[in-house]
Amino acid sequence: MRQRDIQFDASGQLRHFLTIEGLPRQTLIDILDSAENFATVTEQTVKKVPLLRGKTIVNLFFEPSTRTRTTFEVAAKRLSADVLNININTSSTTKGESLLDMLHNFEAMHCDMFVVRHDQSGAAHFIAQHVAPHISVINAGDGRHAHPTQGMLDMFTIRRHKKSFNRLVVAIVGDILHSRVARSEIHALNILGVPEIRVIAPQTLIPRNAENLGVHVYHDLREGLYGADVIMTLRLQRERMQGALLPSEGEYFRRYGLSEKTLAMAKSDAIVLHPGPINRGVEIASSVADGMQSVILEQVSHGIAIRMAIMSMVLGRKPDKED
Amino acid sequence: MRILIQNGQVIDPLQELDTLADVFIADGRIAAIGTKPDGFVAEQTIDARQQIVCPGFVDLCARLREPGNEHKASIASETRAAAAGGVTTLCVPPDTQPVIDTPAVIELIHQRAEQIRACRVLPIGALTRGLAGEHLSEMARLKSAGCVAVSNAQQPFNNTNVMRRALEYAANNNLTVFVHADDSGLSKHGCVHEGVVSTRLGLPGLPEAAETLAVSAYLMLIEQTGARVHFCRLSTARAIQMINRAKYDGHAISSDVAAHQLHLTELDIGFFDSNCHLRPPLRSQRDRDGLRDAVSKGRIEAICSDHQPHDVDAKLAPFCQTEPGISALETLLPLSLRLVEDHLLSMKDLLRRLSSAPARILGIDAGHLRVGARADICIFDPERLWTLTDKTLHSRGHNTPFLNWELKGRVTTTLLDGQPVFELPP
Repeated sequence: MRQRDIQFDASGQLRHFLTIEGLPRQTLIDILDSAENFATVTEQTVKKVPLLRGKTIVNLFFEPSTRTRTTFEVAAKRLSADVLNININTSSTTKGESLLDMLHNFEAMHCDMFVVRHDQSGAAHFIAQHVAPHISVINAGDGRHAHPTQGMLDMFTIRRHKKSFNRLVVAIVGDILHSRVARSEIHALNILGVPEIRVIAPQTLIPRNAENLGVHVYHDLREGLYGADVIMTLRLQRERMQGALLPSEGEYFRRYGLSEKTLAMAKSDAIVLHPGPINRGVEIASSVADGMQSVILEQVSHGIAIRMAIMSMVLGRKPDKED
Repeated sequence: MRILIQNGQVIDPLQELDTLADVFIADGRIAAIGTKPDGFVAEQTIDARQQIVCPGFVDLCARLREPGNEHKASIASETRAAAAGGVTTLCVPPDTQPVIDTPAVIELIHQRAEQIRACRVLPIGALTRGLAGEHLSEMARLKSAGCVAVSNAQQPFNNTNVMRRALEYAANNNLTVFVHADDSGLSKHGCVHEGVVSTRLGLPGLPEAAETLAVSAYLMLIEQTGARVHFCRLSTARAIQMINRAKYDGHAISSDVAAHQLHLTELDIGFFDSNCHLRPPLRSQRDRDGLRDAVSKGRIEAICSDHQPHDVDAKLAPFCQTEPGISALETLLPLSLRLVEDHLLSMKDLLRRLSSAPARILGIDAGHLRVGARADICIFDPERLWTLTDKTLHSRGHNTPFLNWELKGRVTTTLLDGQPVFELPP
């Protein structure tokens, strides 16, 4: 019943990139190292490399996104691939045409890769299970499940600043329950050997059995930030105020917002990350987001290098008998 | 027709019978066990050497998808699947389309089942009109049309007052109420057990409290109304504890569990296996062990299939958008036999959970081999190894996580009213 990890092809090469969970440490290191090389390409005046010339990549976005879609597009173009952007209103898929029919249509156009974002957890796995054998799938965020390229770019950012993962205290602050970013970050941090991972949020935003993910749960921001080397803040969706999860943005900021005062609980050289877009004054104060310790804008440019690394790894694998 | 079943191990839990004997069937009824009646000449002889001869199974819940969802399955296809699974009586929950809230729907189901004659089909009537949870259904009419119980299936009540009145009115009509304990507020949006897997996969969870809270509400109302309640498809260990305690207080309650819940846990979902999308969901290992223990001790009286056949498309979507349920009639016996293999139950007690106990819950004369009883009989080879494949399935629903599994124990012959309705090709 439990299938082999569909992320790898029969010869053990990475075919899809759907989740960080279960990936070997060396694969993550390879991605980070490769991204390091691409980061220097990105900094040159001629930014293109011909690695994926002739390949066609389709960005299939079933959920609105500007930042992630743009960085995928830039990454693909810098690798000389052709890019198609398709934004699909999920309501139209429920109106008859099934997700699979739609996919088979794109397959017929001879694409090589789908970059998929969808509001349902498991959508990327589902698509990967049903695409033609020559197509690779990269998960650009599925429901609350995973956002593995974001997780990797955060690791890249941490490694650039902290060199090694082995002595870090990393605190993730915010809506863990609904966050695919948090799940991917937690898997990556664990695999890379971070000894102490904390999640900080009110109980209403912490999923059941969170400790099983390999984290320590804190409900008090100051306590959770104490001695942290890395602080990863999460975006708080405004619709969370409508359910019975939080009373108000104001109260959330007072208890869990990252301000200069609370930041002082962390180590003095702690860095602050955020996957964007930021809600200033809700999860993070402007003075911190724009402050010395913030690496939020670096994350964006690292996002291009990481996505170049992953796309070229997946599409550059040697031909496999199964294919 | 006169049939002789020879050399089988005859087990009838109701009579506490377990013996090597011949079974003699005449005019659709059991004529004798052991000694041949005077003048009996068999027209057909079934050799049951090394096999068990037992009452046909009574399944408390199998969805046949007709009327309303004939693209998934039909009464014809699914009653044949039932026969292949050794089931001779099954109950259909009222959530067909249209809902079983008028005698017309009951007649239609009876008629179709009668045409096919592969399995007895007993409709369960709707507790509220259209299952909308608002107005009481005409329970007296439903009962006289042939409903064996009433239920609101998996639909919620508008409020607890409707729930109370429905229980009162059902008690008044001497009808057992089949309840699915699920607090709709807590289970809203959920699609897997709230626990390690929901957290790992980011799937919205159904907390344990959704079941336990509803069970406690029902227990309080049972106390007040004196209703006879049967708890369907329990999934949490905690709920069983609560029900067991209430039984000590002398309330008329019973419960069942789906066979697959005794084997699978949330971990079997792996990476989003939609065949493990169930309602109630697969829960933790602790819950599964609690369910097994309760079946072993008789605290859960009956095991059912909770058969829910689906078309292929129903399972082809991201996990939460797939329809829940397993096509389960044909795995009911082999999965249940595993409990004997695991020393949780004797063979006789297992067969009790599959035949006489559910018959007793329904208050029907079935599930036993008394002389004179209707010859609804299952003959199976408990040692036979076989693989469940698309080819072996009789049900039109191939949605089962056990596909391509090697299973042990297979039905070889099923008799309904003394007529063979299933014979395994040699």
